[in-house]
Parts: sequence; C-alpha cells; structure tokens
Amino acid sequence: MEHRGILLPFLLKAPMGGRIMLAVLAILGVAVPILNLAVPVESAFHVPTYVVALVGKYLCFALLAISVDLIWGYCGILSLGHGAFFALGGYAMGMYLMRQIGDRGVYKHPELPDFMVFLNWKELPWYWTGFDIFPFAMLMVVLVPGLLALLFGFFAFRSRVTGVYLSIITQAMTFALLLAFFRNDMGFGGNNGLTDFKELLGFNLQEGTTRAALFTASAVALAGGYLVALFIVRSKLGRVLVAIRDAESRTRFLGYRVEYYKLFVFVISAMMAGVAGALYVPQVGIINPGEFAPANSIEIVVWVALGGRGTLHGAAFGAVLVNFAKTYLTGAAPDFWLFFLGALFVFVTIFLPKGISGLLSRTPGSLPDLSRLKGILAKLTPKGAL
Amino acid sequence: MDIPRGNILIGASDPKFEPILYLDGVSVSFDGFRALNNLSFYVEPGELRAIIGPNGAGKTTMMDVITGKTRPDTGTVLFKGSIDLTKSDETEIANLGVGRKFQKPTIFEHHTVFENLELALAGDRSVFASLFFKIDADKLARIETVLQIIALASLREEIAGSLSHGQKQWLEIGMLLIQDPELLLVDEPAAGMTDAETAQTSDMLKEIARDHSVVVVEHDMEFVKSLESKVTVLHEGSVLAEGSLKTVKNNPTVIEVYLGR
Repeated sequence: MEHRGILLPFLLKAPMGGRIMLAVLAILGVAVPILNLAVPVESAFHVPTYVVALVGKYLCFALLAISVDLIWGYCGILSLGHGAFFALGGYAMGMYLMRQIGDRGVYKHPELPDFMVFLNWKELPWYWTGFDIFPFAMLMVVLVPGLLALLFGFFAFRSRVTGVYLSIITQAMTFALLLAFFRNDMGFGGNNGLTDFKELLGFNLQEGTTRAALFTASAVALAGGYLVALFIVRSKLGRVLVAIRDAESRTRFLGYRVEYYKLFVFVISAMMAGVAGALYVPQVGIINPGEFAPANSIEIVVWVALGGRGTLHGAAFGAVLVNFAKTYLTGAAPDFWLFFLGALFVFVTIFLPKGISGLLSRTPGSLPDLSRLKGILAKLTPKGAL
Repeated sequence: MDIPRGNILIGASDPKFEPILYLDGVSVSFDGFRALNNLSFYVEPGELRAIIGPNGAGKTTMMDVITGKTRPDTGTVLFKGSIDLTKSDETEIANLGVGRKFQKPTIFEHHTVFENLELALAGDRSVFASLFFKIDADKLARIETVLQIIALASLREEIAGSLSHGQKQWLEIGMLLIQDPELLLVDEPAAGMTDAETAQTSDMLKEIARDHSVVVVEHDMEFVKSLESKVTVLHEGSVLAEGSLKTVKNNPTVIEVYLGR
C-alpha cells in the first residue's frame, strides 16, 4: 500500500453522500463569497448578504447535527440537551465579541460591557478574564462544552444511565443552564444575552467581507467536523461504538471499558457543537439563554432523524432541509411551524426509520431504493385510490 | 494471599492442580429468594465441565457471579487460585481472561462476521488504541483460523444479523475463542439447534477444551453426553452431585429431583 498523503485516499473511501456534501461545501465556500461580493447587485447571479448569513447559519446547524449523529447514530446516546453545548460555545464567542466592543458601548465604559454597567458592577467578574484574547476565547469554545460533557458523562455513564433516562437528564441539564443563564447575577447578560457586537479580530461584523469570511469559515468547519467524525466512525473505535449501541453488555463482557468509549465520543461531540455555536453567534449577532431551551435540543434530534441517523452526511442534510422549511414556514405560516415539526417527527419515526438518506440509498453508490417509497405511498393512500 | 481451602479441594496443595476456578460457599439472594445457596465447586485447568440442573437451579446466576454481573452476598470466587473475582467488574474480569457466551446468541448484529471477530480479538482495549488500530498479518491469520474452526469462512463479509440461529451461536463461540480467555463459560450453546448443528457444536467445544478450560451449562442430556466430560448437577442453588454422566444419572437424589421428572 502507498502512503502518499493521508487525506486523499481517506476522502475516496468516504460514502457517496459524504463526497457530494464535501463537493457542495467546497463550491459554496468559494462561490458564495464571490457571488456576494464581486457580482454587482443588479446581476441575477448576485447572492444577497442576508442569504449569505442565512445559509451560513444552516451550515452551523449542520455541524451541530453531525455532532448529535456521532453519539446518537453510532453509539445510541440520545442527547436531548445538545443545544446546551452549542449555546456554551456561542457564549464563549459572545464574550470575546463583547470585550471587542471596548469603550464603544452605550455607557462608554472602558472595560465593562453595557449590561454590567447597568447592573452597577464595578469590575469584570473573574470568569470574564482572558476573553479579550482571541486564542483564549477560541480555546474556551471547545474547552467549556468539552469539560461539561466530561463531568456530566463521567457521572452518567459510570452509573450506567442509558436510554430514555439519559435523555431525560440531558434535558434537565440544558433546562438548568437555561434557568441559570436567565439570571442577571450570573454575569452573562441575563434575559437579553450578549449582543450589539461590533468587530471580530478587528473586522467589522456588518461588513460584507467579514460575513463572507464567516460563511467560508462555517463551510470549512462543517467539512472538518465531518471528516473528524468520519475518521472516528471508520476506525475500530467506531465499530466498538456501534457494538455498544447494539449490545452494550456484550461489549463489556468482551473487555471494553464501555463508559470510557462513551465519554470519549460524548466529549468530542460536545466540542463540535461548541464550535458550531461559536460560528453561529457572529452570524446572527446575538446569543441569549433561549438557545438553551429544551425544545431547541429536541429539534436537533428531528433534523438527524429526518436526514438519517448513523450516516453523518444525512444528519447535515436533514439540518439544512428542516431549517430551510422553518425559514419558509415561519414566514409564510408562522402559527403552523411547530405543528409541522411535530408531524414531521412522527412521520419520520413511523415511515422513515432510516431517514431520507436511508430512503435514497442503501449502499454507497447504489441506485436509489424506491420500493420503500412506493410502500409508504401505498400505506398513505386509501385502498382503491391508486 | 491466603487462599481458603475447603474440603472439596483434595490434592489442591500441589500447585500443578491449582484450580482455574474455585467457588466456596457462594450465596446470592434476590428479594428473599436464594438463587445460590452455599455453592461450592472447582474446575481444574484444561478441564471441560458440564453443569446441568432444572430451571431455577441457579446456573445463570452462577455465571453472573463468576463474570462480575452479580455480586454474591457471601462466599469466595477465585480465578487461577488467587484472583478474587468478587472484587472486579465485568470488564476487568473479561480482561483477566474469563470469557462468556450467553444463552441467547448475542453477537453484534450490524457488524459483519469478520468485524465481530475483530472486535473480540485479544489485544489492547483502550480508547486510543482502538482509534488508531491497524490490523496486521498476524491478526488476520488468527481471524482466518477461527473462521475455519467455526465453519463461517465463506460468510466473513455477511452482516451477522443475517446469519441463522446456529451460525450465530458458532460466531459467538468463535468470538470467545479469539478473545483467547483461559476460562470459557458457555451458556446453553445447543439451544434451538438442529441435531447436525448440535453435533458440530459439541465437536467445537471439545476442540476448544484442548487448550482452554471450559464450563458448559446445558439442558440437553444428549448434548451433555456427547461432551464426554465431568458433570456437576445443581439443584436449588447448590451442588447435588458430581461425577461422570453415568454416575450422576444413577444417583438416586438426582433421579428424584431432576431426571426422574
């Protein structure tokens, strides 16, 4: 075997869906900034800035979906609190962006963010230290979610909490954080969260070039996250994860430390979610405790289920698809969105246990399997109508 | 370590005869029900031992105690003469060299036959060793050998979930074999098998017993007979009789509680 370069042979072994996704990301990452910045506004090919921000947001959600698929699809850990890790990554980025405002806030305080001046605080709380340094803040983007996942996972997995009980405590975790971050004296801006960001690394966040760069960064992060996840699931560790998913106690009797394996993949997944949150915040311009809402975390699971769990690229596709539908429906029929989401989850659970990617292709590269779709149509159609 | 030696251990002072598995006075209760009641017996290195007994005799509980799934209320469980198994959990016991085959075949349904064996293959089980694991010629050869023994060589790339019941049982025996434990605990390997499969399974176990110690729990008397091994009869959580199948079959108490019914 030749070992010239590691990445290329690895990419060639990626499943068809994954290769398509990487190709689309490469094209989007280059083309969208050009079409946004270099093509004149009058042109039909011009991509408006709001679309850049919107698709950039979808890419962050796609990365978040991959992080959930990594633990749910491959290891059977159904986290209903993954939004918490996303939000923590977002808050770490938000804190950096707040410090970047400097004395340009409403109260013109040289150091304290506006909400602290408003609360009559005299100095920066200790846990805000260092967040004015970009590398430190970026380290916190992965470290804080990773550390929480490590602590939470250590106790949960050691006590062999599995299945629906684990899902419930992950919900409790994100709900507890929601309540905590709502409190003003936590020092994270309370109800309003962190907003009014001005600059990132000295670049104006309202500037088209900055937005385009953030978009490309999101595409790169998504591709990178996908490749990391793919490397994990393709390794023997990945096969141990699936073994744990399918027969946990058997894996234990084979001599594997099941809790360490779960902990490893749970922490990696949380870090990935943190990165997604950190890229999301500057693109939407705000982070508030709403991101910790338990419903958000459930929504992520719907994306993954719809796209097809245990495929990685399917999860990313599901995230983009559902969020596109959300953008459309919350505009066209705002009252209808939550019903739609609920109905979608029921539909996918009953009729598409393998999600859309399971419907389209059973084995990589094979022709789409439409027999299942026909079966579904037959079930849905009243007898005699066809 | 001071090894408690009960009166059943005649000749055990000779280190050559140090039992691979030694249970003394083991009792387990579930909500007042005594699943194991002062159970004592031992297995010599390299021995093939059949354990029989009516339903509820405590056979599976005994397996659970030895493999660390259940902690005994009282009693001693020693492995290789000095390792106290009651202090360890499932993973530690597996890594010490005790393998277990379950009553219901539990293989990894979504993995191929080959991958099932690869997962069971003896080696470093740590997270990072698995992440950067690369299979080598040595390991491939070991998997190949086991595939031959369990008669699944032509099905190596099949998804294990698609195998027949008998083939799944063999795959699990193969997984035990490649895990290379010093002691194998096998729970009802012939359950639900055809006669031909049962005969083949018996041959496999005898082959394995040539260089491993094997404890087989079984219901099927024909199968036990074909193993040609020493037999221990359990009843209400303790040993009722021990000896060759012929001896225990003629034991009046055994006839009364088990064979006579």
